[in-house]
Amino acid sequence: MDVLTRVPVREQEPAVRAANFEEVCLGYNEEEAMAEAARCLNCKNAQCMKGCPVSINIPGFIAEVKEGNFEAAYHVISESSALPAVCGRVCPQETQCEGKCIRGIKGEPVAIGKLERFVADWAREHGIKPKKAEKLNGHKVAVIGSGPAGLTCAGDLAKLGYDVTIFEALHQAGGVLVYGIPEFRLPKQKVVAAEVENVKALGVKIETNVVIGKSVTIDELMDNEGFEAVFIGSGAGLPRFMGIPGEQAMGVFSANEFLTRNNLMKAFLDNYDTPIKAGKKVIVVGGGNVAMDAARTARRLGAEVHIVYRRGEEELPARKEEVHHAKEEGIIFDLLQNPTELLVDENGCVKGAKVIKMELGEPDASGRRSPVEIPGSEYEIEADTVIMSLGTSPNPLISSTTKGLDINRRKCIIAEEETGATSKEGVYAGGDAVTGAATVILAMGAGKAAAKGIHEYLSNK
Amino acid sequence: MYPIVRREKLADKIYLMDVKAPRVAQYCEPGQFVIVKIDEEGERIPLTICDYDREEGTITIVFQTVGASTERMVSLQEGDAFEDFVGPLGCPSDLIHEDIEELKKKKILFVAGGVGTAPVYPQVKWLHEHGVDCDVIMGSRNKDLLILEDEMKKVATNLYVTTDDGSYGFKGTGTAQLQELWDNGNRYDHCVAIGPMIMMKFVCKLTKELGIPTVVSMNPIMVDGTGMCGACRLVVGDEVKFACVDGPEFDGHLVDFDQAMRRQAQYKTEEGRAMLKLQEGATHHGGCGNCNS
Ligand SMILES: Cc1cc2nc3c(=O)[nH]c(=O)nc-3n(C[C@H](O)[C@H](O)[C@H](O)COP(=O)(O)OP(=O)(O)OC[C@H]3O[C@@H](n4cnc5c(N)ncnc54)[C@H](O)[C@@H]3O)c2cc1C
Ligand SMILES: Cc1cc2nc3c(=O)[nH]c(=O)nc-3n(C[C@H](O)[C@H](O)[C@H](O)COP(=O)(O)OP(=O)(O)OC[C@H]3O[C@@H](n4cnc5c(N)ncnc54)[C@H](O)[C@@H]3O)c2cc1C
Ligand code: SF4
Ligand code: SF4
Ligand code: FES
Ligand SMILES: [Mg+2]
Repeated sequence: MDVLTRVPVREQEPAVRAANFEEVCLGYNEEEAMAEAARCLNCKNAQCMKGCPVSINIPGFIAEVKEGNFEAAYHVISESSALPAVCGRVCPQETQCEGKCIRGIKGEPVAIGKLERFVADWAREHGIKPKKAEKLNGHKVAVIGSGPAGLTCAGDLAKLGYDVTIFEALHQAGGVLVYGIPEFRLPKQKVVAAEVENVKALGVKIETNVVIGKSVTIDELMDNEGFEAVFIGSGAGLPRFMGIPGEQAMGVFSANEFLTRNNLMKAFLDNYDTPIKAGKKVIVVGGGNVAMDAARTARRLGAEVHIVYRRGEEELPARKEEVHHAKEEGIIFDLLQNPTELLVDENGCVKGAKVIKMELGEPDASGRRSPVEIPGSEYEIEADTVIMSLGTSPNPLISSTTKGLDINRRKCIIAEEETGATSKEGVYAGGDAVTGAATVILAMGAGKAAAKGIHEYLSNK
Repeated sequence: MYPIVRREKLADKIYLMDVKAPRVAQYCEPGQFVIVKIDEEGERIPLTICDYDREEGTITIVFQTVGASTERMVSLQEGDAFEDFVGPLGCPSDLIHEDIEELKKKKILFVAGGVGTAPVYPQVKWLHEHGVDCDVIMGSRNKDLLILEDEMKKVATNLYVTTDDGSYGFKGTGTAQLQELWDNGNRYDHCVAIGPMIMMKFVCKLTKELGIPTVVSMNPIMVDGTGMCGACRLVVGDEVKFACVDGPEFDGHLVDFDQAMRRQAQYKTEEGRAMLKLQEGATHHGGCGNCNS
């Protein structure tokens, strides 16, 4: 076998999967995983680890995979990550661990994400679980939000013996992992629900249908319900719109609405009550993971789908693998273009968009080349559905109802990076609520850091 | 699970339920709403909090069957439970934060349409208990659809009942009744209108002409109810607002009702289809041309 190329991973055929919601990537089996693991050079000064935000001992776990010691590999990963089955599937590996892999200089980097996923799936299928604390220490901690940040923080605190309750606004735990990222990338029952069960098995209680700031406030939790510390992992769920004419027409959705109907409410299944409309021709505005997910979901519901993005292919912020999969599934990319108006018919339904062509200007302070409109280049495209995927920001529900909790200009909660401590004593925060929309692994890392911060705070109190 | 501890049929297609939800009952206020979900397959249904009992930990909801989900709710009996029940959502009515002495100086009018009578009732009751007078116009299509008339009589200073077909009380809409009261010299400083969007639209058209500030309670399509999806967005004045977090109550003279009514109809065909399937059961054959089955 050629050491420069990866062991290929089995996937559903594009034509088949574009019409179903089952997982696209089928993952490695034991032989494939061991063969891919054998490509790792077990570097002394492993560059890959520097690319991983939670510094998983990558050569360490891969060496165990190579020998077929999958359980040992799982324990190595577990030292640093609480959600390997998720991160192995959704991390932007090409800019993180795999982007730094020595193998990648001459050939293809080691498929670290696929190996991590394999190990996590193997552990789940073999019933291997993290260990519960020997005894409780009697301290109560509240965690707000059950996304990657909240689940990780809660899990780590429970392992230390804390009595932890997660409060979740929606009816199901998982955050973006259940309402945002679709089934075909991250199976809900098999992977997400199993991760949530693992956290519960550590003794964490999850109370769904509680909106902090509405059902009860942080101050009330601390003053009346005996919680000595609180972790806020409420994410960045507030959708942005463009503010262009026609945006309130029928058939214009935020990606959050479209994805929530489909993923959380399972509108794609006939026996579920929630409706969804995908139309025949869909425009998705934006170029991130969220845009790819919305586009590929609309495709699976039977539509012709165009992604309209104002920068070029190189600048697409989505994971490379998702862009590649989207193209294979027949998504059309209209790059360097931006809608200036949505066109509305006499019944108030969207019928298309006026779009202007863009070119990339000089790099700005952040080094990104910003798009500039080309005067007079406007033209119209038809569509019966438009999905806005322009990013999200933190919801002000919590910050506006918690005394003494400081936020910045972007409505993000201000928290110390190493400990998660906020301006309010006993209150910690992390994940998208602090950084704005980011990634699963960063949210998880922040949850871990805050668990440590809370432990130190309560131990010294 | 959130058990149903009382269930009553108030009128044709209109039901009342008391649901045990201690967390919601603890801090809720008039004007707020809940979202209920029957079971795993159910959709998230927003409903106004019509009353609450903090000691018992219960919330009263009143709903009208209009489509597949509300139809399915009818089959729930006392002792059954909702799988999910979240709230209180939205902002409390401004009225309850106002100074009581200031309120007492005002002539307040409520206009309730159909099932909108249910959320109006606790506000009138609250004012009555605080010694504030207010008049109420409550209307429905016909006599059989009237709800809470006796209860309302006890708390309203003057109660005016209307039916569209004249089968009871004043013949005509609540708007027509308001016009008549005005023509007879009645004057109001503040109006609250709750009911179908079309009714609120016409009440607002009239109160704008008459110069009466008017608050409406909007009921657009919602999914999460926490500001996450944007489905509930409305144009109010020059601004886009999310009804679930910024509302549901707004200045009725600033709401773009035509836009809101169009947006509310977005899922009509899909839901009509679901409803047909439910009614026709095994005999459903897609003859309406609305679906491919
Ligand atoms: C469609 C989509 C695709 C994505 N794809 C990727 C990807 O491929 N790779 C990747 O790394 N990242 C991806 N991301 C980003 C990633 O999912 C997020 O960065 C991550 O989930 C953030 O985690 P979190 O725990 O901070 O918040 P979230 O996952 O947003 O969880 C927050 C939770 O808090 C709850 N909550 C909010 N407010 C309250 C309240 N007041 N009271 C109680 N509960 C509350 C919410 O309901 C939610 O469940 C994607 C995001 C989206 C939307
Ligand atoms: C804040 C708020 C408070 C409400 N309070 C009450 C109440 O106290 N009593 C009552 O009977 N009804 C109330 N409603 C309306 C109620 O939510 C809808 O009648 C119900 O969702 C219809 O569901 P369906 O499947 O039975 O009917 P459908 O056939 O789905 O719809 C019937 C009508 O309701 C609209 N609708 C459908 N789904 C939703 C949704 N998720 N959110 C809002 N509207 C929807 C449809 O567009 C249509 O106009 C309220 C709505 C909101 C937003
Ligand atoms: S957690 Fe993400 S970045 Fe770290 S090794 Fe795994 S896939 Fe790579
Ligand atoms: S850099 Fe690549 S080859 Fe080296 S240890 Fe990491 S994964 Fe293995
Ligand atoms: S219902 Fe989703 S934002 Fe209001
Ligand atoms: Mg419905």
